[in-house]
Amino acid sequence: MEIGVLFNLSMLQATIRMATPLTFAALGGMFCERAGVVNIGLEGIMLNSAFWAVFATHFSGSPGIGLLAGVLSGMALGAILALLTVKYYADQIVIGTGINIFGLGFSAFVCQKIWGSRGASGVVAGLPPLHFSFLDKIPYLGPLLNNNTILVYISFLAFILSHYFLFYTPWGLRLRAVGENPQSADTAGIDVHLYKMIFVTIGSTLAGLGGVFLSLAHLNFFAWGMTSGRGFIALAAMIFGKWTPVGCFLASLLFGFADALQMRIQTLGILPPQIILLLPYLITILVLTGLVGKATPPSDYKPYIKK
Amino acid sequence: MKLLSKKSLSSFSILPEIIAILLAFLISALILLFSGYSPLVAFSALFRGAFGSKNAWGQTLTQATPILFTALAFLLTFRTGIFNIGVEGQFLMGAIASALAGIYFSGLPAPLHIALSLLAGGVMGALWGLIPALLKAYLGVHEVITTMMMSYIASYLTSYLVNYPFKAPGWVAQTEPVAKSALLPKILPPTQLSLSFIIALFFSFLVSFFLFHTYLGFQVRAVGLNPEAAENKGIAIKNRQILAFLLSGFIAGIGGGGEILGVHGRFVDGFSPGYGWDGIAVGLVGKLHPGGCILASILFGMLRAGGMTMTRVTKVPLDLSLIIQSLVIILVAAPYFIKTVIMRRKDL
Repeated sequence: MEIGVLFNLSMLQATIRMATPLTFAALGGMFCERAGVVNIGLEGIMLNSAFWAVFATHFSGSPGIGLLAGVLSGMALGAILALLTVKYYADQIVIGTGINIFGLGFSAFVCQKIWGSRGASGVVAGLPPLHFSFLDKIPYLGPLLNNNTILVYISFLAFILSHYFLFYTPWGLRLRAVGENPQSADTAGIDVHLYKMIFVTIGSTLAGLGGVFLSLAHLNFFAWGMTSGRGFIALAAMIFGKWTPVGCFLASLLFGFADALQMRIQTLGILPPQIILLLPYLITILVLTGLVGKATPPSDYKPYIKK
Repeated sequence: MKLLSKKSLSSFSILPEIIAILLAFLISALILLFSGYSPLVAFSALFRGAFGSKNAWGQTLTQATPILFTALAFLLTFRTGIFNIGVEGQFLMGAIASALAGIYFSGLPAPLHIALSLLAGGVMGALWGLIPALLKAYLGVHEVITTMMMSYIASYLTSYLVNYPFKAPGWVAQTEPVAKSALLPKILPPTQLSLSFIIALFFSFLVSFFLFHTYLGFQVRAVGLNPEAAENKGIAIKNRQILAFLLSGFIAGIGGGGEILGVHGRFVDGFSPGYGWDGIAVGLVGKLHPGGCILASILFGMLRAGGMTMTRVTKVPLDLSLIIQSLVIILVAAPYFIKTVIMRRKDL
């Protein structure tokens, strides 16, 4: 078999497609962690958004409305996570685990109610691919970037804006202070709890966009547990990316490539897919041990109790 | 009556937990109402399916058994201040080791074969727990992410093993059946309830005895309650945490083995619906006490077992069980929310 099969244009296109949900969720997880909250619930948030996007598209006929519903769903679960962990000092890990189970159960419950099957919804209208004629003139990059859904372009925009926001604006500076040293941030007059709650909610909303991508762009329907661990892979990408937007994006591309590779290899049958599927997790552990560069989280994740 | 002062009541009371569980059922009832189902019909079917007959009890306790093991594993590490959310991985690795020992050790008398197979599971689980323990102790890597990643690695690794090297012929991804001599006896036929349940109860007793009646257990708890003070007293924190990880992995591994030898008779890919994750919730709902975990594991076993009956009888989707379960987890984890918002307590 020729190794070239794995590195042709369609493979790179698949990489971008598979990286998009990861980029959203990794950036989302990063905002939460920058605010001092570990978001283990990314998986459940993505899954729920994927579902509500299909739900709203089914009843409105418009994938735009579906997109909006997915965003709102991410926002709602994010607000619950933020409220319970920041204001009521609930344990972040346990609430996140609960959100994951809730996302799995709730989406399947409503799916069965509407479509009579907990396994999959009916097919709905997906987000249309966008065509930019100026991209046609660019060799290689043009065909790679063209004809994607709007979410792919939003994900590029999101990581660039996140980078600018985090490192070049006063709000970004304050957010970093809130995560790294809430005490000093409080002394400097920043409303620590408000910042935490806003950015945990924003982060979860971003993760929700990743879920919408899966159900309205990658596939045009909802399937039971369709995120299949991407929320956790996104956490891994976030750590591998050292909690920076650029790092999150690059790590998501890498893990997106692994995902695309895994699908390709599955059809070719040359290597067990499970081995490729476990690689991102293994890499993350290696990163954390400092074997592949040191990873220091931006916060100690303790709840900040106002005096 | 002085002993029962308000303070002692508030610190030992399980009232917030009970309120959290009731609230979880209440919210689920609202979800049912909104979806056009009758909560009364659904819940009564759920309870009938969980406790309505000998069979129902057997089902509930069968489901509770692996969860009790994983809850004990979780609480042991939690008591030393470690957040081991990798119980699922230790459980799965134990299960595959027990399955292989059950298949490949042959010609042994039944009690010995069972003991060896369970032990293989326990040792494998302990080794899987040792990795994050060493990473934490010597490289300072926080255990939450490593244990979580180890769980996913275990899930894919065991899936690989039963899809490729140890796959039995046929369409299903599973190993060969274990030898008859390795099967745990059923204790409530015709239900699936096996000796594994009794072993789980025995381990609850052991863990309780260890934590509250031995010096080592006292040290383990001291490390969790106040690491600085423990260190000043000359307790080696790292050692105690590694020990807790080993014991935790051992118990989770035995639980995985018990599930294979008691219920499935072979390792079937994806046989665990997330017992390790349930264990975290049950450990917390059970207030990190083995006795509490027994009760909480029966609650979760009830949701799993009763849920199946509920779906069959009332057409309410099975996933209602997951919704109730997740709400219990979320609300029990937020005692401060329950106390201030629901109970309107100000003295906190």
